Amino acid sequence: MSEIKKAFENGKAFIPFVTAGDPDLETTEKLLIEMSKNGADIIEIGIPFSDPIAEGVVIQEADLRALASGTTTDKIFEMVKRVRSEIKCALAVMTYMNPIFVYGTDKFMAKCKECGISAVIVPDTPFEEKQELAPYCDKYGVELVSLIAPTSHDRIKMIAKESQGFVYCVSSMGVTGVRSEITTDIGEMVRLVKSVSDTPCAVGFGISTPEQAKKMAQSADGVIVGSAIVKIVAKYGKDCIKPVCDYVKSMKEAIS
Amino acid sequence: MSKGKFGVHGGQFVPETLMNAINEFEKAYNHYKDDPEFVAELDTLMREYAGRPSRLYYAEKMTKDLGGAKIYLKREDLNHTGSHKLNNCLGQCLLAKKMGKTRVIAETGAGQHGVATATVAALLGLECEIFMGKEDTIRQALNVYRMKLLGAKVNAVETGTMTLKDAVNEAMREWTNRVSDTHYVLGSVMGPHPFPTVVRDFQSVIGKEIKAQLHEKEGKLPDVVMACVGGGSNAMGAFYEFIKDENVKLIGCEAAGLGVDNPKNAATMANGTLGIFHGMKSYFCQDEYGQIAPVYSISAGLDYPGIGPEHANLADTGRAQYVPVTDEEAVSAFEYLSRTEGIIPAIESSHAVAHCIKIAPTMDRDKIIVVNLSGRGDKDVAAIARYRGENLYE
Repeated sequence: MSEIKKAFENGKAFIPFVTAGDPDLETTEKLLIEMSKNGADIIEIGIPFSDPIAEGVVIQEADLRALASGTTTDKIFEMVKRVRSEIKCALAVMTYMNPIFVYGTDKFMAKCKECGISAVIVPDTPFEEKQELAPYCDKYGVELVSLIAPTSHDRIKMIAKESQGFVYCVSSMGVTGVRSEITTDIGEMVRLVKSVSDTPCAVGFGISTPEQAKKMAQSADGVIVGSAIVKIVAKYGKDCIKPVCDYVKSMKEAIS
Repeated sequence: MSKGKFGVHGGQFVPETLMNAINEFEKAYNHYKDDPEFVAELDTLMREYAGRPSRLYYAEKMTKDLGGAKIYLKREDLNHTGSHKLNNCLGQCLLAKKMGKTRVIAETGAGQHGVATATVAALLGLECEIFMGKEDTIRQALNVYRMKLLGAKVNAVETGTMTLKDAVNEAMREWTNRVSDTHYVLGSVMGPHPFPTVVRDFQSVIGKEIKAQLHEKEGKLPDVVMACVGGGSNAMGAFYEFIKDENVKLIGCEAAGLGVDNPKNAATMANGTLGIFHGMKSYFCQDEYGQIAPVYSISAGLDYPGIGPEHANLADTGRAQYVPVTDEEAVSAFEYLSRTEGIIPAIESSHAVAHCIKIAPTMDRDKIIVVNLSGRGDKDVAAIARYRGENLYE
């Protein structure tokens, strides 16, 4: 069984996201270790990009802070490799196509494997362009996460049929960011996925409160939270470990 | 399957949220482009509203002064709204309306595409919102007011470098936010398929007219067609008709800012490497980790770190040549054309004029150069005055 699949065996999965290098890589290192002990089932490590078109202001700013602190893809891989044995959960990376392509897609996936990263999430590479990634992912056994959106409709089954790892259900229109209300019929999205595939479904975009997470977990197999965590990191800086872990713990409890 | 490829370039690298919208747009385009009613309607607008065909003007004084090839200027600056941008906006907005969209959004650099979109939105009764880098709203304050006057909402983008690249980012983000009633009128031959093809087709009227007009005046093809290149829409529009005429040399003039060896430049072909950004695989100014470079040019319209995928392929195959032109060369050409022919060109178009000034004297007198004068320079007068040290504000 893949590391990602295993992560969905422990009840509903909680999947926190952090931007690597925000405010610096030492903080990210501690966050990865501590979040994995406090309820994270998979951690999404964001490799910062100068122009993240799927992100709202919160993660855009985190990316800029991370890049300003000198974070690079190589430094992120080095850090993850060094502390991988202390991180007690599965890891995925979330980044854009350009940082992967320019680094060298083959080399990038080889590094993921070497560092114990099980999956990649690339929001600007849809189903039609998956050949840009899939052959390299397959070569190194890194799972390529598929995204489906509220506008996907008739595309959901096509995407789900070839899905790996987990299906990332984008809960709302627009970019990442905290939302007070999520109106998309997540249940229907998940049902369409399940009709053709047994890949677990995790919901992300806009989720911040335990109540929202609990509601989402009723129809999905897992919940992804990014901006709400990045906000805590932005507020507390290097001292964010405890408040982030308290939050992660409360979210995991809410969906358990 | 990846669609819209030009050699290795192009494709559709956008969030899943937009895939159905761009597929729907492609379907509508393929349907309407050959629909007699749509073609007739667009043709009438091009003629009666935009003022097409635009003139192909023999720049006699410039030709004599430079003492070489005969120079013709394709006067896209005489188009309604003052640039070639209107050609694409008329096509895309009409298409958006046929698709039942009630709102259009667009990015703009110099403001020319924003003004053209706002203009057509006013004409066709569409709600309009423009995204413009904050830096550019200062450089091109007059165009901001012009857009507002036309009924558009202008959003000053304060993220990143606050220029054209960031305006595209924000327009894409807004499109993912509201896609059901909104069409994104992309202003250049870039972005995800089908935009590079659609924009090229709507702009290809430029090259078709050049060919017919020159045939009438000279009875032959030009030896060189040249145009400035940011994303590359006016150049693609001028080049496309001539791609199969292999003896016609095609030259794109890109913005070298303070020089190709200075970090402050936007010369994608000179300094860029292969990447995947803004929906397409193409060449981009970027670092070894794929972080997009903060580019610079005096010209807001060319201040972009990428280039359209079809241009990237024309460069790969050697069919077109791309040359860097500095701020100083472009400003000198701006002044030269104003003085010599009484035509004030846009600072973007001045990049092409500058290269023409360089090569015309090296060519025989029986050779013909056509420079696509993509826009007029009224919008740039204050900025050029400041560049020359005069304390002039609009």
